Amino acid sequence: MSGANPYKVSIGLETHVQLKTRSKIWCACPNTFGSDPNTDVCPICLGYPGSMPVLNAEAVKLTVMAGLLLGCRINHYSKFDRKSYFYPDMPKNYQISQYDQPLCTGGSVPIEVDGKPKVIRIHRIHLEEDVAKNNHFETASGVDFNRAGTPLMEIVSEPDIASADEAFAFLQALKQMLVYGGITDGNLEQGNIRCDINCSVRPDTQTTLGTKTEIKNMNTFKGVHRSLTYEIKRQIEVCEQGGKIMQETRRWDDARGVTTAMRSKEYAHDYRYFPEPDLMPVVLDDAQIDEWRTALPEMPQARRTRFITDFGLPAYDADVLVADKPIADFFEATLAAGASPKAASNWVMTELLRMLGEQEWSVSEARITPTMLADILRLLDEGKINNPAAKTIFSVCFTEGGDPRAIMEARGLAQVSDEGALDRWVQAAITANPKSVADYQAGKKAALQFLMGQVMRASQGKANPPKVMQALKAQLDG
Amino acid sequence: MHAQLPTVATLPQLLANGQTTTRSVVDTLSAAIESRNPVLNAYLSWDGAEAARWAQEVDAQSVANRPLLAGVPIGIKDVLNVQGQPCGCASLILEKYVSPYDATAVARLRQAGALPFGRLNMDEFAMGSSNENSAYGPARNPWNAGYVTGGSSGGSAAAVAGGMAVAALGTDTGGSIRQPAAFCGCVGLKPSYGRVSRYGLTAFASSLDQIGPLTQSVEDAAILLQVIAGHDPLDSTSLDRPVPDYRAALSGDLAGMRLGLPREYFTDGVDPQVTWAVRAAIEECRKLGAEIVDVDLPHTRYAVATYYIIATAEASANLARFDGVRYGARESGQDPIDSYGRTRARYFGPEVKRRIILGTFVLSSGYYDAYYLRAQKVRTLIRRDFEAAFQQCDALLAPVAPTTAYPLGERVDDPLQMYLGDIFTVTANLAGICGLSVPCGFSDNGLPVGLQVLGPAFREETILRVGHAYEQATDWHHGLPPVCAEDGGQ
Amino acid sequence: MDVRDVAHLARMHITAEEATLFQSQLEHILDHVRDLGELDLDGVEPTAHAVAVQNVFRVDEARPGLPHAQVMANAPQARNGLFMVPRILE
Repeated sequence: MSGANPYKVSIGLETHVQLKTRSKIWCACPNTFGSDPNTDVCPICLGYPGSMPVLNAEAVKLTVMAGLLLGCRINHYSKFDRKSYFYPDMPKNYQISQYDQPLCTGGSVPIEVDGKPKVIRIHRIHLEEDVAKNNHFETASGVDFNRAGTPLMEIVSEPDIASADEAFAFLQALKQMLVYGGITDGNLEQGNIRCDINCSVRPDTQTTLGTKTEIKNMNTFKGVHRSLTYEIKRQIEVCEQGGKIMQETRRWDDARGVTTAMRSKEYAHDYRYFPEPDLMPVVLDDAQIDEWRTALPEMPQARRTRFITDFGLPAYDADVLVADKPIADFFEATLAAGASPKAASNWVMTELLRMLGEQEWSVSEARITPTMLADILRLLDEGKINNPAAKTIFSVCFTEGGDPRAIMEARGLAQVSDEGALDRWVQAAITANPKSVADYQAGKKAALQFLMGQVMRASQGKANPPKVMQALKAQLDG
Repeated sequence: MHAQLPTVATLPQLLANGQTTTRSVVDTLSAAIESRNPVLNAYLSWDGAEAARWAQEVDAQSVANRPLLAGVPIGIKDVLNVQGQPCGCASLILEKYVSPYDATAVARLRQAGALPFGRLNMDEFAMGSSNENSAYGPARNPWNAGYVTGGSSGGSAAAVAGGMAVAALGTDTGGSIRQPAAFCGCVGLKPSYGRVSRYGLTAFASSLDQIGPLTQSVEDAAILLQVIAGHDPLDSTSLDRPVPDYRAALSGDLAGMRLGLPREYFTDGVDPQVTWAVRAAIEECRKLGAEIVDVDLPHTRYAVATYYIIATAEASANLARFDGVRYGARESGQDPIDSYGRTRARYFGPEVKRRIILGTFVLSSGYYDAYYLRAQKVRTLIRRDFEAAFQQCDALLAPVAPTTAYPLGERVDDPLQMYLGDIFTVTANLAGICGLSVPCGFSDNGLPVGLQVLGPAFREETILRVGHAYEQATDWHHGLPPVCAEDGGQ
Repeated sequence: MDVRDVAHLARMHITAEEATLFQSQLEHILDHVRDLGELDLDGVEPTAHAVAVQNVFRVDEARPGLPHAQVMANAPQARNGLFMVPRILE
């Protein structure tokens, strides 16, 4: 869109973040992903008659820590409420949430788009329970309640976001902070972060917000960007044609790349909030909040500075490494296993990130461990392997894991520095390539590289390159 | 001739002396149920064979060092979850539900050596004051089978009063233990809110519900409370406070006690026969050493309205889960919402529907402040009334209900009339205090009258002491209802 | 109050007969309830809980849930370990 856009865009995001706890929010069922349907369930998360919720302390702590990371005001008094609506994914047909007294209020997330910094204000953060997962079949739907009762934090932004790019940047920044804070695993493919979008446009001259539409249940950041790009364009077109935006809920059709109005609800929602009688209020004093503040883990900015000053990394390397917490953690663990900062940084930034990108894997999915990488670097450092061999071992470790030294031996990747063997390969190369020898002796230094390549090929990559060079020169310059 | 069932208090001694066996108690129990349940409809189901097996096991064990309730079968209201048993709440919507877990109170009975026995009739989802809202027909009053038992724990009261249970558990949201106990002539105790875990009690109104015992004597109520009371990590509203020795508090006298009479509970609206019996009981308490004072509970006249707003609001959410997806009965439909609409239409009874509609309405957009919020504020005033009253006395004496049991069918078409009968019991639930119903006489037509003893929150020992002293000085509780006398004479 | 609207909000079909009956009964009850309007409740805190307790938590420890077969035994309709419902339309 050009700068002369006569429309202002206001986007607010309601971001739902699954918290990284061991158990669910009201019961001791495991908070895990990927179990067989309806195996991590009990009378409480199935909403059985007579069952009652008990609040998971860790869920409160993580929500408050998220609030502290985002600079929110932590409310000393907060409570839970029942939000009533009937849906098959809702075991009790009411969701326990927080209505008027959430755990955190205010706060902000700094973002940067096209080099321009901006601050997106946060309205509130509250704690609630996740719902079950519906699976749709031809004539029926099936419900899996494993996800029901997963602790879910809802972060409501102010409508400060002005473009699809900003929305994307906001989600990226938010995810980075929350993953850094240990609040969530942040796995989008597991639904750890999902959001509802509120979007409106208005003529530049109008001060009040336009009529908003809501796009529900977005589970990828790319999808948020694409749906917003479409929705903003759609709304502007409606306005341009003199039409009226309907306040409605729309669904993002990823395949067609459009938003469509959801089957209009015959009834406006009336959630009938009232205080949850089964749960007592949460009252937090300053001492408790300060204790959690002290326990906040290092944020990306601080880590970046530390990587530069403590490890002597270039700013660029530090940026790349801290961008993704698991990558930065992998890097630091490699150092702890004995690798040098620069070497570890190079290998993580090139080999590791490249292969992860190719596989579309997260670090935890790769088999290679920081110890393996440190061992590879040690073999390299000690001259036991050369660079190509190191890459081969890395690649094996990446997909299969294993002890680098054992891989080296099993695959015969050890570097050959034995002079007798080297001399034989060098002699053979010279004998087989008289033209190159002549060129070299005529002053063409590039010919040496060719001969070097011949030796490496003969050695199947195992010859120690500096030693090969030394031997070649000795023979030719002799 | 049927032997009479022993009390919870006497049974251990009888077993230890070899005067009876658990098997013999269970046989007596089964025989009484076989002969009387067809009339009284107190039990919805029971498993005599399982009880007999359990009794034999208990009898085979040494009588030394037994837990408090070893060998005692306890009847269970159909609203409480017992692992492996139905928990239908006297509703068609839960007809096929089998509970996978024990309510905490039930688990504690088991730990104390008792057997949770049978499913006792009740008003559907504990909504009612006469047991006429059971999907399986009303329980009937042992003193006159043409009369109601009261409710909602009507099956529990009828079973205990009718010689078909040594003791029973009931639940009390607005009088559902005390009122049927009064109507049927047994003892009923509603503990303070937070004294007994609600975990496993199918919620009607979560901020008002409590589990309590219905028993043959005040001492039995003290023993059962001793077992089921105390903090439960599974119920966030159960308080972590020490449980006193309730039996030790039963001194048999009222010396030094000051008992209050709330003026608002002794009005023209009360049946004169009830007033007469309660007044006589008050005299008896004075003789036992109590000082009697008048107190005021000025917001009493707002209690029924307050109660029915709060209770139905909470119920509308609590009963939303009965949708036929995870358990229970289901009607199919063109989509889930249609299926819910049909399921709930077909399997909920009329009173439950009425209350769900009322509760949904008072929470709905535009009405919340005028109804629900207002009721919550009046609840504060009612709580304060009691706090002020208990500054002046140790406990209150009052009628349990304005009338004795009434004929079946008399009030079914007039819900408001039925609700207004709860005027003297809903207040304790709103305030979270404890209350006891003790038999204190009979009306001219031979129906029991109950004396209500109300005490401050977590002072069950006080009201048990009052109830016990009064009980020891009178013999109302020794009366045998006709249904027992009839088959007892065979 | 319109009993039909409220019943719909509670996802409960009611017959015309029920609607008429409940409408009159509930209006009768609401008449009584309106007595609460007489009271001056300014500055009175609402009571949501009968006991004033706060910060009741459980420690974040996981334990296995119910056996799957037991869970599905109560299901009115199940297939492949899922609770089946009529097709959900969005």
